[in-house]
Amino acid sequence: MGIGIRIENLRKVYDTPPPSAARGGGFSFVSQRSAGPKERKKKFEVVAIDGVSLEMRAGEVFGLLGPNGAGKSTTIGVLTTRTKPTSGRAFIGDYDVWREQVKAKRLIGVVPQRPNLDFALTAREVLLFHGAYFGQSARERERRSAELLEQFHLKDRADDMVRNFSGGMMQRISIARAMMHDPEVLFLDEPSAGLDPQTRLMLWEIVRSYNQQGKTIVLTTHYMDEADTLCDRLAIIDHGRIISHGTPKELKASIPGGYLLRLRFNHVPEALAAELKKLPGVTEVRGADQTGLDVYADRGGPLIAPIVNTAQALDAELHDVHIAEPSLETLFLHHTGRSLRD
Amino acid sequence: MNWKTFYALLSRDGHVARRNLLPMLLQNLLQPLLLTFVFGRILTTSGMMPAAYKSVLLPGVMAISMVLSGVQAVAMPLITEFQFTREIEDRLLAPMEIGWLAVEKIVAGMIQALVAGLVVIPAAWLTMGSGVQLSFHPLEFAVICFLVAMFSSAGGLALGCSVGQTQIGLMFSLVLAPMMMFGCAYYPWSYLHSFPVLQYAVLINPLVYASEGLRGTLTQAPHIDTFVVMGALVAINVLLLVVGLKKFHQKAVS
Repeated sequence: MGIGIRIENLRKVYDTPPPSAARGGGFSFVSQRSAGPKERKKKFEVVAIDGVSLEMRAGEVFGLLGPNGAGKSTTIGVLTTRTKPTSGRAFIGDYDVWREQVKAKRLIGVVPQRPNLDFALTAREVLLFHGAYFGQSARERERRSAELLEQFHLKDRADDMVRNFSGGMMQRISIARAMMHDPEVLFLDEPSAGLDPQTRLMLWEIVRSYNQQGKTIVLTTHYMDEADTLCDRLAIIDHGRIISHGTPKELKASIPGGYLLRLRFNHVPEALAAELKKLPGVTEVRGADQTGLDVYADRGGPLIAPIVNTAQALDAELHDVHIAEPSLETLFLHHTGRSLRD
Repeated sequence: MNWKTFYALLSRDGHVARRNLLPMLLQNLLQPLLLTFVFGRILTTSGMMPAAYKSVLLPGVMAISMVLSGVQAVAMPLITEFQFTREIEDRLLAPMEIGWLAVEKIVAGMIQALVAGLVVIPAAWLTMGSGVQLSFHPLEFAVICFLVAMFSSAGGLALGCSVGQTQIGLMFSLVLAPMMMFGCAYYPWSYLHSFPVLQYAVLINPLVYASEGLRGTLTQAPHIDTFVVMGALVAINVLLLVVGLKKFHQKAVS
């Protein structure tokens, strides 16, 4: 039996800069006009999450996908008791995360975006003390830590101080630590940021096998391929709001046409968009900027020739084409007008 | 309240302290040893100071040593762990109300302060040579030691949660240095009578009560009444605990 997660109308507004850089990034700064003498002090507010409601089912791998500063880490922060919500509620299983913190904390394991290992300890001690905090017996701690060190290929360095570890090793021991007390829900905040491809594959394998034991996994990422291959369901988040959610397949099917052709011309004549819309297979044409157009269509390459002809007829010259196959990236672009890495 | 977790956190701090035992002993012992040697041995043997000064100095050095080690034991790790690396996060996620983590830090700091204070007595005695006159009141001494240890680590909590990493130097020169100089550690409070304004101004300095309390329970040197000292220390402890816990919550939750 797994544990599900429910978020109801969650909102988080920072009125001072958040303390940890991990929660930084590009928030939307909403400047406030002071309404009275009392409010004059508040020069700005940072709206990190703006009315998010979500349900993550027991035993699934759920992905929060979005660019930096979209509100992913703040959402994880609220779910892991580290951030106090301004309004709304979040539940891990039956426990209100803010009101029943201790019960909620027992159920969760957290891998932070930036490794926050206890630098005064060795790798083995990090695991042993973590187990002790969760009330594991000495024998259980020994067994479980040995198992995890083996699984994460850290056996050789088990008795070295973690402060001397490389970034990838710190990330591995962070994940091992989060799994030490066998939590029902595992949160991974940008788990593969800064990992080499090999370690990344190992991480995916570990996440999958942990999930197969019936555990719920919540991860944030801005890698499309990670979200696509790993997650059962996804929510796309931007500027603190959920833009869309569903299985990766459902989400991809929701993009008109599926293919996205990003075109760049020397200039865009007024009639060009309308003319391109008339081409076979084209479902939508959007102006990106003064020299760019985004074309959504049910085909990619075969459209290039007709596009060039149409442009030439209107005295415009095609400079650059980028064809994106149906993917979460195009989905994100479709909903926000921005690429994930913008 | 989850005692297993609390004990595990305490043993983590104990483990780290044992690992750093040598540097920690040097840090706690060297300064009091040098102080007692210069002021208690050189100045008294050379005749610049009367021999009775030794008994005035011993409790003062002990108070300084306790307060510095308690403050450092709690404040320094907190300052670094709440910074950039957020090392403290794994302990904030331990299944326990986060306020208890602050309490655990205080208990660990108190143990270090008590050890540092008690180690100073024999060490200082050795460096000063003969002539220290003790008049020991065990029960009052134990109560004062407990209150001073709590004041130092609760103060460490309040400081550690209000000071940033870049301001550590400022903390030492603006808070700790004046506190030590005007803390009646090197002279009894009553001897400030020629400076009436200063004599009453220093009463806001908690170290005054620590020095005077230890002086009263350890030696025959003139001192503020021990019960007044106890009352003042209790009030200071309550204040520092309230401020420290509040600051800790602000730092721990965003």
